[in-house]
Amino acid sequence: MKYVDEFRDPEKARTLLAEIAVLVKSTSRVRNRPLQIMEVCGGHTHSIFRYGIQQMLPPEVEFVHGPGCPVCVLPMGRVDDCVALAERPEVIFTTFGDAMRVPGSKKSLLKAKADGADVHMVYSPLDALKLARENPDREVIFFGLGFETTMPSTAFTLLQAKAEGTKNFSLFCNHITIIPTIKAILDSPDLQIDGFLGPGHVSMVIGTRPYDFIAAHYGKPITVAGFEPLDVLHALWMVIKQIAEGRAEVENQYSRIVPRDGNAAALEAVQEVYEPREFFEWRGLGSIDHSGVKIREAYAAFDAERKFLVKTVSIADATSCQCGEVLKGVIKPQACKVFGTACTPETPLGALMVSSEGACAAYYNYGRIDISGLKRQTDAVVA
Amino acid sequence: MNPVRVLKPLRLLRDTQINMSHGSGGKAMRDLIQDVFVGAFDNPLLARLEDQAVIPLAELACYGDRLAFTTDTYVVDPLFFPGGDIGTLAVAGTVNDLAVSGARPLFLSCSMVIEEGLPVELLRRVVASMQATAAAAGVMIVTGDTKVVERGAADKLFINTAGIGVVRAGVNIAAANARIGDVIIVSGHLGDHGAAILVARNELALETSVESDCCPLNGLIDAILDVCPAVRSLRDATRGGAATVLNEFAQSSGLAMRIREAALPVREEVKGACEILGLDPLYLANEGKLVAIVPREAADSVLAAMRAHPVGGRAALIGEVCASPAGMVVMETSFGGSRIVDMLVGEQLPRIC
Repeated sequence: MKYVDEFRDPEKARTLLAEIAVLVKSTSRVRNRPLQIMEVCGGHTHSIFRYGIQQMLPPEVEFVHGPGCPVCVLPMGRVDDCVALAERPEVIFTTFGDAMRVPGSKKSLLKAKADGADVHMVYSPLDALKLARENPDREVIFFGLGFETTMPSTAFTLLQAKAEGTKNFSLFCNHITIIPTIKAILDSPDLQIDGFLGPGHVSMVIGTRPYDFIAAHYGKPITVAGFEPLDVLHALWMVIKQIAEGRAEVENQYSRIVPRDGNAAALEAVQEVYEPREFFEWRGLGSIDHSGVKIREAYAAFDAERKFLVKTVSIADATSCQCGEVLKGVIKPQACKVFGTACTPETPLGALMVSSEGACAAYYNYGRIDISGLKRQTDAVVA
Repeated sequence: MNPVRVLKPLRLLRDTQINMSHGSGGKAMRDLIQDVFVGAFDNPLLARLEDQAVIPLAELACYGDRLAFTTDTYVVDPLFFPGGDIGTLAVAGTVNDLAVSGARPLFLSCSMVIEEGLPVELLRRVVASMQATAAAAGVMIVTGDTKVVERGAADKLFINTAGIGVVRAGVNIAAANARIGDVIIVSGHLGDHGAAILVARNELALETSVESDCCPLNGLIDAILDVCPAVRSLRDATRGGAATVLNEFAQSSGLAMRIREAALPVREEVKGACEILGLDPLYLANEGKLVAIVPREAADSVLAAMRAHPVGGRAALIGEVCASPAGMVVMETSFGGSRIVDMLVGEQLPRIC
């Protein structure tokens, strides 16, 4: 495909892999453990598994799959709120597809739909607004979730709803922000991460400037990366190069999309509609200060939380889950006590098994057996 | 069999919409059956209007030595989509389920569940598609049933078709038959039907021209069996796509299916729609594609026979059967890595970002 195939060229991948192998060797003298690179974003996790990138890398490089799947990190209490809203008879509840299967304490939206709730899968919040126009006697709620990537589109939709004077549309806001989350991970005492791949889509909105503290205060290198497999490999090479050269900087591999200062119009809409919450609960990570946003008072008429007096009850994750330790790179998914036994994609106990982008689900689906024997091509390159 | 006078289509039915009386067992139902079904399907076995079709065993026995029998129910939204409709699906699907056993499909039943209010003209169009597809596949629709349900109790129209066919003597096709060293072949572009349905539902606002691949495969399978009666495994890749079929082969045989992403035939427009939505064409439904496992020495002749057939023009060898990892499907990605291709959990849902 035009503009896609050039980012999937195996020849270029081999060149990068060979260079990564040389760089890794040059860093190994000062370490007695593998390099741990966290990809913050679920989109990267998906790419890494879909293209089998981990198997192509030298064993001294390990990915740590970060908290960047917004579907995975949604706390159970908030899913229960979604189900309760969806089950109100006057409500048409609209959501992105992959949120349908996330388990609440009693059921998922998919189950609520089967039980009779009017749940619609949409591809954009504007489709939900359209549904509100077409159903003036129903209340249409859009389930807003995701990081800064999806925040602008729901903000623009609210702005449009307000401009149109729509009365039967509201947003159940579960948007979260990436920076406090990365900070929480960096503050963890058992942190083992050596460098970061920064999220491409989030950075398209916020730019690269907000990551300066990662390099300046924590001394960790970060490279903002695109989502094609060559993007991921190239960004990985850039991070490892920084480590090898003893640098810690913010670099931008995805400069074709990501500007240093982000997207002014998107940021303005986000600023207009949302304000930070004092704290927001994450599955697997607990409560993180200022890691979520809520709708400002001026847009209260479009806030499902106010309209329907949603009072989220905090529901603890299963104690057997070790999602938090997986997220911080302390253990690999397979090392979790319940991985692949009590916790599977069909019956997820922990956050990371929920969506296909969650680290545990990805390990389960794509990597639960050792396929190192299949590395024949790449081994030859790396050797 | 006694010759029976086939009733030609008479416009007995004056209603423009189906109502509850068309399922009541009375005159209205008789008129519907006579006019819409018997007229269109046009064969002496059905025209007898008995409660069953009676088929002489000798007629079956001349095609082979085992009977194949299958049933499937078809529900699709929308009823009409680019490249086909529920009627084409209902016949092609059952024909294909028979044909992949190496059977010659011969007779079908057709059971309709119709929602009150369905336009009669729409039903006529569906039935005409069924007949056209049956004729193309060389099968007859010889018995049936009609039920009308109240508005809201069904989504417009559900069709069940059952079919019988006869398996050629000497042919032994089963998912468990794969052997190490065999090759895996698909008959053409993957994911067309699934993508066409997504586009037809108008959920994507995508300007693409992709059409469903819905068609009978028995002719193609005949062509394969003519050059390679020793075909090991054969399955049409419907819901769950080629990935699901390959997993079924792997689990039944206890062997590994290793495929190469670069060898998978997928249309550019289907790839594009999948990229946007975060879907995988390997899991998208097909209604006119099969996956075959054949002995390596027969690979060239099978590929040539398939490519010479109108519905196998883009047949491709996509991988081979190996010993390990046992019971699993592994794909060598076009990027140079490898990954497991697992069974889907639930349906494929588009990703958020």
